[in-house]
Parts: sequence; structure tokens; C-alpha cells
Amino acid sequence: MISNTLPQSLIDNPILSQWIAFEEKGRVRVGSGKVEIGQGILTALTQIAAEELDLRAEQINLVSGQTDVSPAEGFTSGSYSVAVGGASIRLVCAEVRALFIDRVAEKMRCSPGELTIEDGKFLRSGKDTGRDYWSMAGEIGLERRATGTAPVKRPSSYKIVGKHLPRLDLPAKVMGAGFIHDIVSQNILHARVLRQPWRGAHLAALDENGVRKAARTPIDILREGEFVAFTSDSEVAVMRAAEAARAFAKWNGGAPPPSDVGTPDWLKAQPSRDKTTDAGLPGRVSNGPVIEASYSRPFLTYGSIATSCALAEFENGALKVWSHSQGPAVLRDWLARALGLPAAQVNVFHRQGAGAYGHNTADDAAFDASFIAMRHPGRTVRVQWPREDEFAAAPISPAMAIKLRAALDADNRPADWSIEIWSPPHAQRPGMNGNSNLLGAEALPNFPPQKELNDVPDERGGGATRNGVAIYDLPSHRLIHHLLPLVPMRTSSLRGLGAWANVFAIESFMDELAEAAGEDPVSYRLSLLSDPRPRRVVETAARMSRWFEQRDLGEGRALGFGFARYKNIASFAAVVVEIEVEEEIQLKKIWCAADAGLVIAPDGARNQLEGGIIQGASFVMREQVRHEDGRVANKTWEDYPILRFSDIPEIEIELIDNPNEPTLGLGEASVGPTGAAIGNALARALGKRIRDLPLTRERIMATLLAE
Amino acid sequence: MAESIKLTINGHPVSVAADGTMPLLSVLREELNLRGSKFGCGTEQCGACMVLIDGKPEYSCSREVASVTGRSVITVEGLSKNGELHPLQQALLDEQAGQCGYCLSGILISAAALLAKNPAPSRANIIAALDPHLCRCGIHNRVIRAVQKAGAVLASAKP
Repeated sequence: MISNTLPQSLIDNPILSQWIAFEEKGRVRVGSGKVEIGQGILTALTQIAAEELDLRAEQINLVSGQTDVSPAEGFTSGSYSVAVGGASIRLVCAEVRALFIDRVAEKMRCSPGELTIEDGKFLRSGKDTGRDYWSMAGEIGLERRATGTAPVKRPSSYKIVGKHLPRLDLPAKVMGAGFIHDIVSQNILHARVLRQPWRGAHLAALDENGVRKAARTPIDILREGEFVAFTSDSEVAVMRAAEAARAFAKWNGGAPPPSDVGTPDWLKAQPSRDKTTDAGLPGRVSNGPVIEASYSRPFLTYGSIATSCALAEFENGALKVWSHSQGPAVLRDWLARALGLPAAQVNVFHRQGAGAYGHNTADDAAFDASFIAMRHPGRTVRVQWPREDEFAAAPISPAMAIKLRAALDADNRPADWSIEIWSPPHAQRPGMNGNSNLLGAEALPNFPPQKELNDVPDERGGGATRNGVAIYDLPSHRLIHHLLPLVPMRTSSLRGLGAWANVFAIESFMDELAEAAGEDPVSYRLSLLSDPRPRRVVETAARMSRWFEQRDLGEGRALGFGFARYKNIASFAAVVVEIEVEEEIQLKKIWCAADAGLVIAPDGARNQLEGGIIQGASFVMREQVRHEDGRVANKTWEDYPILRFSDIPEIEIELIDNPNEPTLGLGEASVGPTGAAIGNALARALGKRIRDLPLTRERIMATLLAE
Repeated sequence: MAESIKLTINGHPVSVAADGTMPLLSVLREELNLRGSKFGCGTEQCGACMVLIDGKPEYSCSREVASVTGRSVITVEGLSKNGELHPLQQALLDEQAGQCGYCLSGILISAAALLAKNPAPSRANIIAALDPHLCRCGIHNRVIRAVQKAGAVLASAKP
């Protein structure tokens, strides 16, 4: 059964009318604070609403992320959208449907059980009653609290949920339309902003004449504190100005990161706040062998294909902002604070950008456009970030060091297990820890000092500690978290936060333990998984890849295995990769088995899992943000290579059918297991393990030559 | 300095008053309001801005507009005819080959050029044609299937 306890979004937005309205005949407006970031959420939420209301999908008008009418649902992140946002919409729609049914039954003096709904029309024993949602809407007040007690439909009766509904946003996109970047206005003022190269940097000198010359067309220059913006009616002029200014600007002060920032040694030398969490039988002693291994991942960036864009208009004291922010309501509140406006005077309209896989610069672009718009009332200010700034000034995903230790018992199972994690926080989205974290605002004079940084709390899945606890049957478990709160960069969330690095470490370590025990790594995992649900996922992936058939793959080829349950509460995914190594890793084939409970949009789920596999592979094989002279050294895609068409093999995915279990978030589920599987395959192919990411050609060559 | 540049865009002769050193992409998007071609990097590294110039896929983000004087440019808007989707666009929808969709405008252009030469491309042919394009969401395999499907449709439509 799907539980009826209120999801967080419904606790935060408890009034039914915050979610639903019957304004336009034949259509129902359903609000969502969750937004489309390429994951297909609008389609999945539409399916849920249509299902519970007995409407056709096209009768749902889903208004997402428009802060004056949509519920405030925090950020679209962490695989919560369907699990929490979708669950809220399901309960609201079920309750609204029940209110209507009861009212119609009362009017018709019949029992509610005689009534059904088809395309929004009420039928009594199958015959049209002449009443529908829209004719009845005036009689039903939705200004009431949701109770969450109306019965929801049984999965076995679903007609829309769990069935294929083509993505609602794709038809426009194959025509090249539908993005925030494509909004046209008569009154556009183009703008670009010069970014500080590191936090707290002071602009010592800027050759403004040189910048104007480079622009070739007249531009205006707006300077306040360290905030410098170039505006013009010509977009090309401000693009040229920004490029020139980046080259001309001289900076000092602040906290430029050192060149070795993010190496395991550097991380371990930083001041830390430490927390130890024990589970099971602490201090269990074993006389068996002790195995230890240390792993690391570097700083990373999300690397969206578009650069961030925002538009803003300020008129009569009110600010309208168009943004692809992942948290429109949070953005509204923090824009208002940073700009000294009442929140009610700020309205954010979500419009789609390119895929967001974590905290990106969308909110920063929104601040840029808003701040400039307030100095140009009546104009529509449009900002689009240059690619170089997307690398240099974006929130950065933390480097991490992870150490694992296990003492084995007489059967070679871990008697005692500990994991130690060093990481800056994965949480500097707008408003987190009471900081605006908006780049433009930080550049202004009298910006308030930064409040102490914390990571995502454990009850929200944790940041660095996410998936830090291995899912296996371990009698004694210790987790030591060294939070590094003074790392001078804007470290923040990237798909899965700390999860995929922890999964990489834990799953690599499982292979190392299996090797020490002289056992097959999948059999070894199964011996530590008593719960039938994860066992089934592991066994499915093994069957799909013919893992146990001991095929002769040929010289330099190997299979590798990885498994995790995202956040230990979301979807399960097991991944097998086949690779060939000849100086560098070539992916030959990938298999993935996943259990996501009740799947709302099966094709969307497969698309997300496959996307996670490719991104996870790219993270571990290629990606690293480097620093030189206090700045990010990656300036173009050439310096930050990601996997491309020629790197990607065929991928087979099997979704385990589990419709009677609650829907589990799956957007991040396949990322960690894929990375681990690649690491394990590489270790098997080389006969030697590389524990520091990324697994580049240089590292592989160095490892081979070291022999 | 603004000059009058004549070229053919999506089959229509066009004359634009523009600084000849402006990037073709800016002229398409800003001057001609053809917003389908996308800015991704500005350095010819991601393929979001790809257009056909005399039938050949070319980056438009840093290409000076003066260099396409008198030539034929096709953008994603020029692929559909009379409101009917190009078989590639239909195949992308059939295969649900998109997540965020930002890379699709450029991919469609390179795929259209490939199919014009070879309506039955192998997986390797498609990969070679699309390798200049970056996709971060991970829809590569779906796109490959869509291109093969569209090729089959185009081949069967020919007498």
C-alpha cells in the first residue's frame, strides 16, 4: 500500500487551493514547486494528477515554479520530486476528487459509491449526470487543509500512471524551442557580469576604456563594490566586453585556493569538525586480518550544455524574474532579501534551461538580471553567462577523501567496519546555512559575513555522508565524518552529492575484501545481503551480464560490479560494466538492474537510469576541476572533457516490477554503482587498483609503468 | 560596422544589416529571431550551434557572418516543412530521445547531413557524425536509435 502520512511538501503547503484550481472549463490547474530540469518531472506529475482526478493527461495544466501560484517546495533535487512532490499531488487530487464525489452524491441523493468520473464528468451508474468538476467547483471550497486521508487509487487499477506518456516538453524541443534562452521581448537590455575569480576577491584595476573599445558598440558599465556589469542593446557588444574585461581585470585580496586544493593530503590537513556515529555492536574485536584502503575524488562541475540565463523586469516597485532555478520559491525569498524588496513584490517564473544535475549558476544569473533591472526600470534585462564563467565561477562539487577499514572474522566476513570521510560541505545553495550564496550579492559593498557552513543534515540524506553507511549486513559499523567548513570555495550539490564517491569507495572495498577472501565479488556481496529485495537487484544484474558464466572476455577485458541503494532509502541499482583497457578505459557494454518501487513513467525512469550511468562513467573516467593561480584552470570543454558519443557503449536496463511498493526516487541511483563497476573492472583488467579518481589514461599509464 | 550581408536562410533569400564580424549564431538568434540554434560554448566545442552551410554541418558560434555571404544556411527551423516534422524530429519523439533537449537542435543538423548522404548508417557511422556534439544528460543511445529509424523512413519514402 502507498502510505498516507503527509509528505513534506504537503506539510509546507497544507491548503488544497495551493495545489489545485478549476478555473478554465475542461482543464485543471495543478501547481508544483518542483521544476523540469530535463528529468521529465512535468510529465510524471501530470500522470499522477490525471490518474487520481480521472482526467485525461491533456486536461491537466501543470503550473510549475511560478512563485505567486505554485506551492513552495524547496529545491528540485535529491530524487525527491516524484517521491515527495508526486506523493503530495496524489493525496491532494485524491482528496479533491472525494470532496467533489461527496458533494455530487449529496445533491443527487445517492451514495458516493454509485458515482464515477470520466474526463472530469460525473457519471451515476455509468450515465452522465450533467455535472462535472467545473460546474460543481463553485460549491466546493478548496481553502481548507489537506488531511491526506482520502483513499488513493490502487496501483492495480492505474490507467495512466505506470504507462507510457510521451514527454510533454519534447515536441517543442525537437523544433529548437522551449528554453529560457529563447524568450524574446521588444525591450531587451543585454547584460554580462564580470566575475570575481575567487571568493572575496577585490577588483584592484579595470581598464574600462579597453573594455569599451573591445565592445565596438557603445556599452554602459555599472560598478558597485566588486560587482561590474556591462549593458547594451547589442548582445554581441556585451559578450565582447565581458571577454575583454576578464582579461584586463586585476584582482587581489580574498581567499584564492592553492594549486593543490582538493588533493587527499590537502583535504586531510584542513581544519575539521568531526562526528563519529556508531551502529551495531561497537568495538567488536576480531583477530582476523585487517584490510584498509583510501580512495579520493577531485573537485567536479556539473557541466550543463547551456550556460545559465535569466531575465528580469522591474516596474512600480515589483520585480519579475524568469529563471531556470531549481528552487524558485527559495530564490524569490533570497532575491528579496538581497535586493531589499518585500518577498511579495518579487515573482519568479520558472522557465526551462539545460539539464541541471546539481547546484548551478541559474540563481546567480537571476540575481545578476534582477540587480541590473532595478537600475533600469521598465527594461527587460537579459543575462546569459559565458562558458568560461560556467567553469570558473560556478558552485563546485567537493573533492573528497574516504578511508575504509575492515577486520575480517574467521569466515572472512567483516566483523568490524569503519569509514572515514573528509569533505567540504555539499550545500551552498541559496539560503543554506542562512547565507544568500548568490555570487552577485557577495560582490556588493557591505555584504554580510558568511555564516558558519554545515553540510546537508543527515535527516535530509546527508551531504558528504550520503551513502556513507554500507548497505550490507555488518555487525559493527563506525562512520567518522570530518566536515571541512573553511574550504574557501562555494562547494555545493552535484548529482548524488557525496553518495557516488562513497559508493565508489565502498563497492571498490567490497571487491578488495572478496579478493582477500578469495571469493567471487558478487557472491561475496550476496553473502552479506540477507534482505531479499537488494538480493534480487544484484542477482538480476548478474544474470543480465552472465556474470557467473566465467566467459573468456579476451586480453585486457574485464567485467566489474557495483551496487547501492541511493541514500539507503531510495532506488536500488546494480550495474555491471564490461571494459577493455589499452592505455585507457573503453566501455564495451553496460547492464543495469534497478528497483524503484512503483514506477510512474517507465520510459522516463529508464532514461534517467541511463543518463545516470553515462554521467557516472564520465565522472570517474574523465572529470576533474583543477586550480592554478587561485583560479579554476579549466576554461573550455577541452580542459574538462566529458564522455561523448564515441565513448558510450550499448546499455541494457531492467526495471524490476514492484508496483505495490512506494515510488522511490531514481534520478541518482545508477551514478554510484556505475563508477564503482568501472573501478572494479579496471582493477580486474590491470591486476592493480587505482583508488584516486579520475581513472584517466595518465593514471593508468603511471600504474602500468610502476610495475 | 554595419554592412548589408546577403545569404539564403532555410531556403529564403535574406539581407541583414550587420557587422560582418558578428558570429553567425548571433545574427540568426538576435537579428533574424531564429532561436533554434543554441549558444553552448562559443568555442566550437559542444555542437549546440550547428547549422548546415551549403549542406555541410558547421559551427555557427564563432563563424563570422560575412563568411557565409551568398551561401545557403539551414537551421533546425528549416528541417520541418510546412509544419510537418522532419523524419529525424519525429524519430526523436518516437524514441523519446531527449532529457533536457538543449543539444538536440545541433544534433538534428549533423544527423540530417549524415542521412542525406547515407540513409542506412551503421552505429559507427552515426557515432562518427555526432561525435562533435556534447550531451550531458546521457541520451546518446536513444539518439543513435532515432537516427537509424529516421534513415529507414527516409529510404522507404524514396521511389
